[in-house]
Amino acid sequence: MTARAVVVADYGRGNLFSVCQAVARVGGAPVLSSDPAAVRGAERVILPGVGAFGDAMAGLRARGLDEALTEFAATGRPLLGVCLGMQLLLEESSEFGRHAGLGLLPGRVERLPQPAPGSREKIPNVGWCRLEPAPGGTPWADSPFAAVKPGDFAYFVHSYAAQPGVPRQRLADIVFAGVPTCAAIVRGPIAGCQFHPEKSGEVGLSIIDAFVHRM
Amino acid sequence: MSAARVIARLDVKGPNLVKGIHLEGLRVIGDPRAYAARYYAEGADEILYVDIVASLYGRNNILDVVRRTASDIFVPMTVAGGLRSLDDVREALRSGADKVAINTAAVANPGLIREVSEAFGSQCMVLELQTKKIGPDRWEAYTDNGREKTGVDALDWGRHAVELGAGELLVTSVDREGTQKGMDLEFLRRLVPQVPVPVIACGGVGTPDHACEAVAEIGVDAVAVASVLHYGKCTIGDIKARLAMADVPVRASP
Repeated sequence: MTARAVVVADYGRGNLFSVCQAVARVGGAPVLSSDPAAVRGAERVILPGVGAFGDAMAGLRARGLDEALTEFAATGRPLLGVCLGMQLLLEESSEFGRHAGLGLLPGRVERLPQPAPGSREKIPNVGWCRLEPAPGGTPWADSPFAAVKPGDFAYFVHSYAAQPGVPRQRLADIVFAGVPTCAAIVRGPIAGCQFHPEKSGEVGLSIIDAFVHRM
Repeated sequence: MSAARVIARLDVKGPNLVKGIHLEGLRVIGDPRAYAARYYAEGADEILYVDIVASLYGRNNILDVVRRTASDIFVPMTVAGGLRSLDDVREALRSGADKVAINTAAVANPGLIREVSEAFGSQCMVLELQTKKIGPDRWEAYTDNGREKTGVDALDWGRHAVELGAGELLVTSVDREGTQKGMDLEFLRRLVPQVPVPVIACGGVGTPDHACEAVAEIGVDAVAVASVLHYGKCTIGDIKARLAMADVPVRASP
């Protein structure tokens, strides 16, 4: 059996080495590419990302990857956004002004709620946080979270978080500053993780494994 | 609320994992890749690689080790030792590191802290603070693995580095390092309330209790441990079990 090819979209923002290593670890064949044609022709695509939302969208547009990703998603093939890449799936973000996203899922991206003064919680939120099913959201059994257990930890680095427009598309939450905060989204073959599955130990690898083999 | 972290620290010299006492008297332990993979499997929340001769000889070959281990390790990796410039940091991140810890170059050029945090985010920029007690209530910052004194007060330098953009402080006690006699709680107790960023305590853990004191009593966000793991005195799981008993949230070891 040939390994399943996964195109990892490279738009010049951030380190994609670890994402590729994780795909390979679960038996996939990562292909790093900034070519829109490679995205259009892919079996499945991971959209990673670190940095600022507006800058990342500019990086996608400069390479024609925004349109390629939109066309790819319309065909119903699997797409996974990671960290900033998850936020880019939504309609818009308020990070450093208003910026339109890819708009593949309804919702917005807003700054994390401010932790109380003196709290050890701070922005950016960096560290291992507990994943919990989102109330009214998609059950984990029907998602790439099938092997994740409520309360499992995942590794986060973020200052902004998604606010999905459709509660059902919310997959997992963390509690930040006392507020349930979106950690993952899903709509059919499109999923996104605010945390870094490639840095979240075996829990994260189980999500990548599900994306590569079962989505 | 994020979990307290237990970090496995691997000091690397050339191709070997090594360990000394007070950052001196190095002994070869083995292949860093095998040890890192074992600590990952035991539930390490992070791997910290320190090239302990890089700043001495002005070279950096630890990135080969990082690249080779990136296929085994799926938790954050931090690289320290000999990083001097934005280009060095970029290369480390490209090799699979998530963060860099800088000491010597930041003391020589504090502006590097701001440059790194602006280019890659403050969460990438860890300041390594090597401390040595020099009097009642006084600690001096050291560089080059405890070889060179700076004449700078360690508390002042830690605070200043955070103002410049350091997103995390890695505090290595030169006095305690490798001794397994407990962490420098006195210094940590003064530092932690004065900085609004996570503090990683390093140096002196000989038992899970030592790690637990620093986390549960002082409030450090993470402990980095080396000797006790390498010599099999206790495991990451033992330390986490002790933390959990003190009601500290930890990521369960597999």
